[in-house]
Amino acid sequence: MAPEAPAKTRAPAARAAAPRGAARLVRWDVIVTALLIVVFAGGALGTSDFATGDNLSFALGDLSEIALIALPMTLLVVAAEVDLSVASVLGLCSALFGALWNAGWAIETIIPLLILIGALGGLVNGLLVTRLGLPSLAVTIGTMTLYRGLAYVVLGTKAVAQFPQNYADMAVKTVPGTPIPYPFALFVVLAIATAIVLHATGLGRALFAIGAQEEAAFFAGIRVKRIKLLLFVVSGVVAAFAGAVYTLRYGSARADNGIGLELAVIAAVLLGGVDFDGGRGTLGGVVAGVLLIGLLRNLLMLRDVATEIQSIVTGLLLIVSVLTPRIVARVREARRHHRGSLPAPS
Amino acid sequence: MSESPPILALADVSMAFGAVRALQGVSLELRGGEIHALAGENGAGKSTLVKILAGVHRPDEGQVLLDGTPQDFHGPGDAQQAGVAVIYQEPTLFPDLSVAENIFMGRQPRARFGRIDRRAVRAETARLFERLGVTLDPDRAARGLSIADQQIVEIAKALSRDARVLIMDEPTAALSGNEVARLFTVARTLREQGCALLFISHRLEEIFDLCRRVTTLRDGRLIATEELDGLTPEDLVQRMVGRELDALYPKQDTTPGEAVLKVSRLTREGVFTDVSFDVRAGEIVALAGLVGAGRSEVARAVFGVDRYDAGGVQVGGVRLPGGSPTAAMAAGIALVPEDRRQQGLVMAASIERNIGLTGLRSLRRGPVVSRKAERDRAADWAIRLQLKYARLSDAVGVLSGGNQQKVVLAKWLSTEPSVLIVDEPTRGIDVGTKAEVHRLLSELAAQGLAVLMISSDLPEVLGMADRVLVMYEGRLAAEIPRAEATEETVMAAATGRTRQEAA
Repeated sequence: MAPEAPAKTRAPAARAAAPRGAARLVRWDVIVTALLIVVFAGGALGTSDFATGDNLSFALGDLSEIALIALPMTLLVVAAEVDLSVASVLGLCSALFGALWNAGWAIETIIPLLILIGALGGLVNGLLVTRLGLPSLAVTIGTMTLYRGLAYVVLGTKAVAQFPQNYADMAVKTVPGTPIPYPFALFVVLAIATAIVLHATGLGRALFAIGAQEEAAFFAGIRVKRIKLLLFVVSGVVAAFAGAVYTLRYGSARADNGIGLELAVIAAVLLGGVDFDGGRGTLGGVVAGVLLIGLLRNLLMLRDVATEIQSIVTGLLLIVSVLTPRIVARVREARRHHRGSLPAPS
Repeated sequence: MSESPPILALADVSMAFGAVRALQGVSLELRGGEIHALAGENGAGKSTLVKILAGVHRPDEGQVLLDGTPQDFHGPGDAQQAGVAVIYQEPTLFPDLSVAENIFMGRQPRARFGRIDRRAVRAETARLFERLGVTLDPDRAARGLSIADQQIVEIAKALSRDARVLIMDEPTAALSGNEVARLFTVARTLREQGCALLFISHRLEEIFDLCRRVTTLRDGRLIATEELDGLTPEDLVQRMVGRELDALYPKQDTTPGEAVLKVSRLTREGVFTDVSFDVRAGEIVALAGLVGAGRSEVARAVFGVDRYDAGGVQVGGVRLPGGSPTAAMAAGIALVPEDRRQQGLVMAASIERNIGLTGLRSLRRGPVVSRKAERDRAADWAIRLQLKYARLSDAVGVLSGGNQQKVVLAKWLSTEPSVLIVDEPTRGIDVGTKAEVHRLLSELAAQGLAVLMISSDLPEVLGMADRVLVMYEGRLAAEIPRAEATEETVMAAATGRTRQEAA
């Protein structure tokens, strides 16, 4: 007994200092960024076609819709809400795009109309959540099915193609001198704007407060319902715009466009370290999460991995990203308890 | 009446939570065939005593004796086994199960093949109700039962477990007159059947009506156990509150100015009715009354977190739209809410973010929130309120209760309000911080702030308030100027005795 005592008395001081540095290092968004670099380097070394300008340009373009929709989704999840109807809004807008184009409408009229439809779809979600107090998970599962159904009503199982070249070009061409396609460049600009909103404005502060403790936010004079309603509308608008991008990029308007896309978006957001229970997360983490998902999908595709396996990988990543921070927290908690119950050295 | 030996007793029990000594050397004997009252102010130690009897807490010193034998309850289960049952103010039943199923939850009589014998459950329940002398349908769902009926179900559940000791912790607080009468009939029936009952109530007339002996606690100490026969309500109040007011309440004299907050005929159906009062600049007005009298609800409606059905609120002569905390804040009202952890603070967020949360507009530089302004505001108030903290970026959850309350105060005072509403400003905080909060409130009032203070702490009310408004069952029962406010006058109004005398 006695010889051990000196070692024990020294330990607590060292332990007390340790968590601060360590906590900084184990921040989830930092881990994801590191993982992103590893995947990129591994891809570049192991797969010859990966690190070419053409492929990266394709990979980023392919990621555009997920990336764009992930931005408002981040704001929603930080506020402890979620929107599962985004892919269906995308599909509905794609179908409308095709139908109206077939009917001879001008694209300059169609796109603003799609955005209005997206705003309406978001408004319905938002009103159901804020006025009726329904959980957004349930509401948007409902509207996910509803909006997809409407998409089939609009276009049936037809596909509309033959969109004008100048608009199609905007969806696939890259910014001159870079491998970055225009839609992804737009994502970069909007990501910066969203990062400012989330991390530097009063609205961002309010979102974190709502997600962490809604009642306290309400008592502090924050217009909780109005803010949530706004988020759902923005989410609908961005999904509608992504629907236009998707349609032009593939040159095909179909009612089933983007099926299952909402899960990739949520996977990217959670992988980026946003707490599904709200109140915690960074936009930098989400950008890293989006890129990581995009690179993985691209790598798996280059290696001719079946799409089923791709979805298995996405699913596993999602689970791991939700689970890991919790396990880390549990282990920390358990350690602290264990320490606490040790008899104090006399 | 011959003295029967006590069924359950406490001998010299002491209990401390950290530095707070909740009970010191308290003894109590509960005899079969007797209803015993437990009296004391909020915070006198009644709840701690009940929790020890119920096996929730184990005393630091002293013993719990069952039929004269020392017991060591390791949890509520042990106490139930020993025949001790507690009926709480608001029972928690399974709403979708029937009354009978609730009573036999987890102990259902079995028929063949392990199936639940529904007929036995129903018959047994009917027998229990008969024994209690009440008519309740064993088959109806618990959902929608009145609180009074829910309590009856709880009592039946206790009897089905052969409870011999029944502790009723403020059972009448939410009951109407008829319901109270029925509960008392049931209690007397149980007394005749040899049970020992401990009855807790703030309503003195109920204690005198129902009980034979009373034990009074004050500040965790036993003041007296005595026969109620020959005692007056005034005697009992004296025992409950008799205490010196000292430097804990450094109230400065002020000359009140204009009425800043005007509340007129405010009504929320079923919660409070026709509440009118003014608070003037430089004045501390206390809103006193028992828990459940509607005080916090009035404050919440004034601030706009709850709606109201009739009446109005004016600040500085301007009428507020109801139901909007944002509008109330813009008009100059600040509310330090009752529930610090749920309503006052975002526990996971930092000190500076919490203090900044009420000033997101004023901290703006261009479109963004200035981190420097946010930090300066927090640092400034941290110094003014002598907040004890390591870093402003630490989560408020790691602070002590008193320091958390200072953060809530900082959060609201930094909005520079003209009306400050504080709901239980010193509940659950240590004596030192309590005195600091009182000094702060007094200074703020001296500087011209209108303060409305809700408090269940009578000495605090008497020590701090220029005027005392007393609520009783959703209405303003009395307005008492500082000079006339005593523990007796306030308690009389809060327990409805003033009105009875007037009627």
